Amino acid sequence: MDEKIVIIGNGIAGSTLALQLAEKEDASVTLISDESSYFFSRTALMYVYMGHLTKEQLEPVSRESWEQSPIQRVKARVLSIRPEDKELSFQTSEGDVKQLSYDLLVIATGSKPAFYDWKGQEAEGVLGLYHLSDLEKLEKWAPNASACPEAVVIGGGLIGIELCEMLLSRQIKTTLIIRESFFWSSHLPASDAQFVEKHIQSHHLNLIKEDELLEISTDETGRVSSIQTKKGETISCNLVGITTGVRPNIEFLKTSGLELDRGILVDDYLKTSDPSIYAIGDCAQLRNPLSNRSATEPVWYTGKLMGETLAQTFSGQPVPYNPGIWYNSAKFFDLEYQTYGKVHPKASQPENEQHFHWESDEKAMTFAYDKTSSVFLGINTFGIRLNHRIVSSWIETAITIQEVIDRLEEAHFDPEFSHRYYNQIKHAFVQNH
Amino acid sequence: MHSYRTTNIQKVFTYLGLSGLAVLILAGFTASLLKSAGLFLGLGLISLGVIGYTFSSYSGLPQGIKNNGVWYRSLTSRGIVAWVVGVILTAFYVILYFYPEHLEGLIRLFDPLSEGLSGKKASQWFVYGVLYTLAIVLFGIKFIVKYKHSKYQKYRTYSVIFFQTIFAFLIPEMMARLNGDLPYYDLKSIWPLNYYLFDGYQLDGFLQNGSLGTALLIFGILSTLIITPILTYKFGKRWYCSWVCGCGGLAETAGDPFRQLSDKSLRAWKLERWMIHLILVWVFISTVGVVYSYLLQAPNSYWLGPKTFLLSVSFAFSLVVGLILWKRRDWLAKDAQSSAIAISSVIVLLLGFFFFSESDRVLFIPSYQIRSAYGFFIGSIFSGVIGTGFYPILGNRVWCRFGCPMAAILGIQQKLFSKFRISTNGGQCISCGNCSAYCEMGIDVRAYAQREEPIKRASCVGCGICSAVCPRGVLRLES
Repeated sequence: MDEKIVIIGNGIAGSTLALQLAEKEDASVTLISDESSYFFSRTALMYVYMGHLTKEQLEPVSRESWEQSPIQRVKARVLSIRPEDKELSFQTSEGDVKQLSYDLLVIATGSKPAFYDWKGQEAEGVLGLYHLSDLEKLEKWAPNASACPEAVVIGGGLIGIELCEMLLSRQIKTTLIIRESFFWSSHLPASDAQFVEKHIQSHHLNLIKEDELLEISTDETGRVSSIQTKKGETISCNLVGITTGVRPNIEFLKTSGLELDRGILVDDYLKTSDPSIYAIGDCAQLRNPLSNRSATEPVWYTGKLMGETLAQTFSGQPVPYNPGIWYNSAKFFDLEYQTYGKVHPKASQPENEQHFHWESDEKAMTFAYDKTSSVFLGINTFGIRLNHRIVSSWIETAITIQEVIDRLEEAHFDPEFSHRYYNQIKHAFVQNH
Repeated sequence: MHSYRTTNIQKVFTYLGLSGLAVLILAGFTASLLKSAGLFLGLGLISLGVIGYTFSSYSGLPQGIKNNGVWYRSLTSRGIVAWVVGVILTAFYVILYFYPEHLEGLIRLFDPLSEGLSGKKASQWFVYGVLYTLAIVLFGIKFIVKYKHSKYQKYRTYSVIFFQTIFAFLIPEMMARLNGDLPYYDLKSIWPLNYYLFDGYQLDGFLQNGSLGTALLIFGILSTLIITPILTYKFGKRWYCSWVCGCGGLAETAGDPFRQLSDKSLRAWKLERWMIHLILVWVFISTVGVVYSYLLQAPNSYWLGPKTFLLSVSFAFSLVVGLILWKRRDWLAKDAQSSAIAISSVIVLLLGFFFFSESDRVLFIPSYQIRSAYGFFIGSIFSGVIGTGFYPILGNRVWCRFGCPMAAILGIQQKLFSKFRISTNGGQCISCGNCSAYCEMGIDVRAYAQREEPIKRASCVGCGICSAVCPRGVLRLES
């Protein structure tokens, strides 16, 4: 392998690929990023603001290992690529514009917060929670409750709730505005959404439902002073967090000639419309996603998996990208959430998908199964940890819901001595069926 | 300025606790005036301070991880407060070990308590024992309230509180009352942590006290040779290090706020392996030497002759090492194999010095000097002054990680034949780094979790905090 491989973006996808390629002796790998010199865990930004971790602890690979690795790291912003010349141009932090040629190019530029052209969204005090620079902005604009007594967060997804937890940890009065009728009910069945909502409200979060941001107002210094909602409410605030989702970060490719949709279109081998260019991570959009999985999936592990898959392809054993059964996890304040397979929210629930919901004070589970065949389809679990490999194998082998309920304890992953709820769940299931 | 500052109520209780310490010190200077009133006022204020601080910090809060502001507080992020506390703690240990005469007033203050328990006057070690036990009990309560959502954390804290108060503190005092000649013996302090177990005066104490003394000596030997490997096979070294041990008990309770300060670098890991195993060699040679010289003094008084003793120790040692290397030859790392062979050869060579010189000298150094140097550098300076005094700077497990020979033996057992491991949960890891950050033993847990590999490290004491702080439910302790 004497090709020159250039990777744009040092997030989980790009760094995983670079590190795996670097294990081969003759690899020539260049990793370009304008965000940070070292790969860091974006998912853990919240823990730095809350004082659980230092910034350096976010870095999964030590700086020493980076210095020792053969990977060339370039801190620069890629301005454009020219596939016909196999060349890209970039701007260094000093402002110089340079050219770089490649044999194989990998685009792993991730995503960026989606802002929907609200009036005032450029004001001081408005931010997303995605980049390292957002952390610096937050520290500047919301260091404590006296500098920032009130904050509003727009959009009730996973990042939104993290931002709320962060702000509340510094005693900043926080209001979360969501479009849905229950928290994250765009993704969760109503019973789960209500259960989570109960938990987040016990953390003194002010939740406004079924409303949306209309515009942001500023004071004479240009700093945020209040927001107006579509229903006509005015909420005074010193900070506005916009967490209405993310979109692939691909603006710089507009003139490249690559086939783009929401993201960069890639085939099963993660190849773009140009045979020398690949795309991995959040910015890639699969032409043929697996059933029950989306074409773009901005989650940590898919980025990692795409990086690993491409590393294998580059080492001469091409493999198609196969993320298997859908899974994910999150934490809503102190409530842990894991999901395996698909448990659809009401709006998109297929007619044949039946749910069994169980809950007891701080724990809940929802099982999805096929109404006619009883085949187990997926599970949401709150406050109870389940074994990923075992639950996935149940979905893969299409066992029935009865069997899952009977064998649930096999997937036990809670710490030792934890209370086991499996008999209680079985009992509730039997009574319901 | 961030807002993770100490609240006023927390401050009030901190000052109350500190005033308790002040009362003890002042009463120490004027013991005749205050007598036991000063003692109980001091200890009472300390208790009130810690308990009050605990409830003002955690009561009314939802159950969950309470690490907000850890890296912003001076005490827990190596700030000025941390250095001040470190210096004071270190100074206390230096005085305790090397200048106890300055504590005379304070020691006399504890006389009524000591007389009530054992009938004897207090010593500096009694004072230390009371304060140590009180620290484990009070900060143990704080730990239990902080981790009230986790039964694993609660149970192991009940356990260390129990073993400290009953086994390390009350039983030895009671034994002294029942039988004044028996050596002070904390049953849970196992050789080689209890490096003085086989010292001449201890052996005299055991052997001259009839069947109870002999039984205790046999129990001491069995704890090391039989009980320890069995329990470590079943549960991993955690059964001792984070459920029973007094050093571990203090580290897990009073030391809990400092667990994030452990060094995670590869350099530290390398240093750890060298230091802990060399100290193990040291304690092994010095113990064998001390027993050998004990037997040499009266070669015909015991059924075990000095030379037979040496030969059987060398034989048993070589057999065990040889068996392990052969059994685990497939997966033991090359450098681990070669260091094991090198270190074992050195040990056998050193034992040979005893044998062929027919004296208790190794390279002309008498074994009692090897033993007393060990007691000074390792037993006092390392485990006390550095191990505890430097909590706020180096973290709470410096002694356990770099110095404790007991941890070294248990670690070898854990690595080679224990059922204990930390399992990782498929692909759920998001590489956030909380597990690594809060590992008091400096293990880069995340490195394993993101590769989806189980963690089997000799140093892991099984405290379970990595699993508790993981926001995605990735880690599970299993045995």
